[in-house]
Amino acid sequence: MSIAETLIPARPAPKLDRPPLNRSAVLGYGAQAIWLLLGLALLYMIVTGWDPEKFAKYGPRYLDGIRVTATLVLVSVVCGAILSLPIAFARMSRNPVLNGIAYGYVYIFRGTPLLAQLYLLYYGVGSFRVELESVGLWWFFREAWYCGFLSLTLNTAAYQAEILRGAIESVPRGQREGAKSLGIPDSVAFRKIILPQALIVALRPYGNEIILMIKGSAVVSVVTVLDIMGQTRYAFSRTFDYQTYLWAAIFYLLIVETLRHVWAYLERRLTRHLRR
Amino acid sequence: MDGVFSAVGSLTGWLGHVLDPLCGPVGVFSFLPADSIVACGDTGWGDEIALGLKMTLSLALATLPLGIVIGFFIALALQSSEPSLRRAAGIYTTIFRGLPELLTLFIVYYGAQILIQGFLSWVGYEERVEINAFVAGMVALSVVFSSYCSEVLLSAFKAIPRGQYEAGDALGLSRGRTMGLIIVPQLVRIALPGLVNLWMNLLKDTALVSVIGLAELLRQTGVAAKVSKQAFFFYLLACGLYLVLALLSSFVLGFVERWAKRAEIAR
Repeated sequence: MSIAETLIPARPAPKLDRPPLNRSAVLGYGAQAIWLLLGLALLYMIVTGWDPEKFAKYGPRYLDGIRVTATLVLVSVVCGAILSLPIAFARMSRNPVLNGIAYGYVYIFRGTPLLAQLYLLYYGVGSFRVELESVGLWWFFREAWYCGFLSLTLNTAAYQAEILRGAIESVPRGQREGAKSLGIPDSVAFRKIILPQALIVALRPYGNEIILMIKGSAVVSVVTVLDIMGQTRYAFSRTFDYQTYLWAAIFYLLIVETLRHVWAYLERRLTRHLRR
Repeated sequence: MDGVFSAVGSLTGWLGHVLDPLCGPVGVFSFLPADSIVACGDTGWGDEIALGLKMTLSLALATLPLGIVIGFFIALALQSSEPSLRRAAGIYTTIFRGLPELLTLFIVYYGAQILIQGFLSWVGYEERVEINAFVAGMVALSVVFSSYCSEVLLSAFKAIPRGQYEAGDALGLSRGRTMGLIIVPQLVRIALPGLVNLWMNLLKDTALVSVIGLAELLRQTGVAAKVSKQAFFFYLLACGLYLVLALLSSFVLGFVERWAKRAEIAR
């Protein structure tokens, strides 16, 4: 029998099992280096290709384009939200006719490209000039901006109706039954119990939809609306300078990323009572 | 050998003609009278629209595998233990999910043109080059597709428990075989609904390539609309055809989803 008289002296830490530079690290640093190089090339292109004359000429136009994109998206998202309410309720109703109409609307607008819808409104409906003049709607379909606005609104209404329906249906039935057993009228129960819970579920999809609309609104440039993309195409057709597209990319990325972070903050803030 | 190739070529050409849903022997437009505006032949626009439909479908089908493969590797990078790899893949998805598809298309189209032009003039060849709109569209769409696909696959990867990888290790399978035999079959099943959505988006996004001049469905109907002055009819027809494509694919993909679920255990 032996008794240890002394403590075992401290030993060095075991060697790292993983070498610091394995294959995925090489790949990762390589990919990051490529991004860095691309970023530097972008910076170089902007610095060397900087032309004060072009900046003075097209800079204000870009700002104008941002304004046009922002108003177009804002107005169509709001109008689409209003239009989506009856569609969502029709979609949830038990009446097969109403349900079928709403389902057809949603399916048609989600199943066809936004560009084709825009062409159909601007060139297609716009070709009935005499008829439109006789009903006094020609001023609306003559302007590319209005057509872009209408097609974006109709398109986003279909998506928002689905978001709203999914959110309302995600509220457990017990909530409605609880309200009933407390004697709360249906309208109040909907406004004060169902909707607040549904909107929290809908928050993230709504944010995605706004981002999709910002990106989707670029197609209105094809029918001569001068949004960011339209101004970019105008500037490119005048200067043949590739930078114009890079500036547009910077603007779009800035807008989308800002919105995404603001929305994430909003969501964290509004759901803080649900966190455990 | 040449004979075999030409026989195969004529066979596929004949098959394409017979199975053509618009202008084939049993096509929709073939039943219309010859003087109708969408008749197949020199008098109507039916054959041009049929060509456009084929172009749309082939663009979407060519983009799909490329997009899925790139998206798979991006998803692997996004869940790697190496932070630099994660960051690089994150930059990729952030950029291409943030840019409008139309802008990505223009950036690829003109960017590739400028790059190739620069390279050629560096070599000493001074001539204007035109990029093939199909290739530019395919690259741009697969870049966009892959960045969305990586998110879908990433969440599917997260749904697969670690024990599955450990089981692969315990059986002595290599990394690649664990992936191919154990993980990917489950991944397909979990990711399929998301991928179906992405396919629907891809079908719609092919319409954007008409802007850079590819003769696909929307472009062809647009030309027909301008020449025949019947814009409403032709754009409505285009919308209808896109809708039919969406309906058909949801029908077919419904079978695929059922097939993928056949091994699912009822829990």
